[in-house]
Amino acid sequence: MANAHNLQDLQHQAALASKVYVQRDYNSGTICRFQTKFPSELESRVDRQQFEETMQTLNNLYAEAEKIGGKSYLEGCLACMTAYTIFLCMETHYEKVLKKIARFIKEQNEKIYAPLGLLLTDPIERGLRVVEITIFEDRSISSGR
Amino acid sequence: MYLGLDEPVRECQYNQICTRNSLPMETLGHKKKKIPRRKWQVFPGRNRFYCNGRVMMARQTGVFYLTLVLIMVTSGLFFAFDCPFLASNLTPAIPVIGGVLFFFVLGMLFRASFSDPGVLPRATPDEAADLERQIGAANGPSGPGYRPPPRTREVVINGQTVKLKYCFTCKIFRPPRASHCSLCDNCVERFDHHCPWVGNCVGKRNYRFFYLFILSLSFLTVFIFAFVITHVILRSNRTGFLSALKDSPASVLEVLVCFFSVWSILGLSGFHTYLISSNQTTNEDIKGSWSNKRAKDNYNPYSYGNILTNCCAALCGPLPPSLIDRRGFIQSDTPQPVSHSNGSSMYASTQLHTHMAAATPLLHSNSVMIGGGGPPFPGKSSLVVPCASLAPSQPSLPSMPGLSCAGDMLTLRDPDTHCHHHHFASPEETPSPSGPMPLTLPCAAHMTHGGHIHPAQLYDPASQDSLHEDSVRGLVKLSSV
Repeated sequence: MANAHNLQDLQHQAALASKVYVQRDYNSGTICRFQTKFPSELESRVDRQQFEETMQTLNNLYAEAEKIGGKSYLEGCLACMTAYTIFLCMETHYEKVLKKIARFIKEQNEKIYAPLGLLLTDPIERGLRVVEITIFEDRSISSGR
Repeated sequence: MYLGLDEPVRECQYNQICTRNSLPMETLGHKKKKIPRRKWQVFPGRNRFYCNGRVMMARQTGVFYLTLVLIMVTSGLFFAFDCPFLASNLTPAIPVIGGVLFFFVLGMLFRASFSDPGVLPRATPDEAADLERQIGAANGPSGPGYRPPPRTREVVINGQTVKLKYCFTCKIFRPPRASHCSLCDNCVERFDHHCPWVGNCVGKRNYRFFYLFILSLSFLTVFIFAFVITHVILRSNRTGFLSALKDSPASVLEVLVCFFSVWSILGLSGFHTYLISSNQTTNEDIKGSWSNKRAKDNYNPYSYGNILTNCCAALCGPLPPSLIDRRGFIQSDTPQPVSHSNGSSMYASTQLHTHMAAATPLLHSNSVMIGGGGPPFPGKSSLVVPCASLAPSQPSLPSMPGLSCAGDMLTLRDPDTHCHHHHFASPEETPSPSGPMPLTLPCAAHMTHGGHIHPAQLYDPASQDSLHEDSVRGLVKLSSV
């Protein structure tokens, strides 16, 4: 797979990898939302617009997962009536959206961030606390070596 | 190879888990290299896992077994002794409805007890370092041995200023409404309280199960109470009161249990109904976070403004998945969360705060053991409002940042010292139970602490001080509340 090939290459060549963390934004309450402020360490690496778009899409996906509306009420009531055994057969709406998010991040990594030497980690692997962005420094390119 | 090991465990045979862990540590150490371990086996909190990580409970589960026994014995007696009479003389719908209620109660109890309440996984070392750097930059340089100032961040939610506190154990800034449970040593999202009756924390993910459990239990209790009384009255119309009691002696026991339970359980249901309709947690209500008495323009920023919406959101909202992925396999390159303090700045403060450790256990044991240490199974009557009183599990005290550091130490000392633990029902509460309780797994406890053996040995000398620490902690907690 192209992604794995690129990443393995990066890891072989990388001398140092540093990590940037985008924290959660709690200004809208307890819903899952990440700060869209552009981290300064990425200034030279990626286009600001592109990054903010990625974060915004991610935030929208999480909002969709946590949306409280007719559909989620229906799911909740149905689950309650079956004493929550229905979740043995089907996934919750949240889990479905999480899968969608995982696909989105993979796609973003493959198309945009891996070629720039960056790697986005799915926030669910960090307990939805942060979006971890790993910056790979290319040893073969860096000067003086 | 792991498939072979998985098979017996899939049947949820407790014996199988024990067998796997009865091997001496060295061989286990050998085997560690071959068997990919699951994340629950190295989980840093003070929880117990059963069924290969599917079931997650708090350390002390004695009171949970009491709850189970009380429910099953009372319902069993009802079905065995009262139902035949009632079914034949009144209607067979009575045992049917009773049965449905009984299974619903048990189902909700198991879901509340066995699921992850919404534990926040601890920060990975890189994250923690990044946060420390950010906070260090904000606070300015500090000398060695200098106790770090309380770390808080302010955020404005819906017009209300909310303080986010930094958890020293989990090395994260706690989200709003999250709190660190010192009994389980985890940060829990939307922390309500730690319920010993259910043997677990009550938080975001299992609050609805807890609420449905107490609601259905109150219906069941009232149902059994009413129909046992009906039974006795009908019988005494025929044969006289005393002979009616003689004919069905179980009814007396049932009436007693139900009578004393009804007050506390109905009360608790009512209290939680109020909390749900105002979208507050027990923790917030007890601290009066959103009450008008604190400040004139204080209001709850999380409330949707309308009782129906609040109820629907709490009970029928989307169920978030578990963040701790307890059954996942540990990848060798996955950063493991910090399970003990290893920063040099922490050592100074941990020494200082050893005696001012995470303060709640003693207070909790005080509030639960209202019946005293006397009867091994304090009757429910003496434990009025058990859950509500246990709410402030760790009201984050900004003046004592070291609390959580010492909380770390407690985690590590666990395999060696168990005296500092709260004793709900004394005999079966030691972490390596000699086991009057058939369901406790001594081996599971070993598994939980498998990763902690080495650092724990450093803290042996402190074990003698544990009783003293308990009392100091209790005093500290009482004075701070």
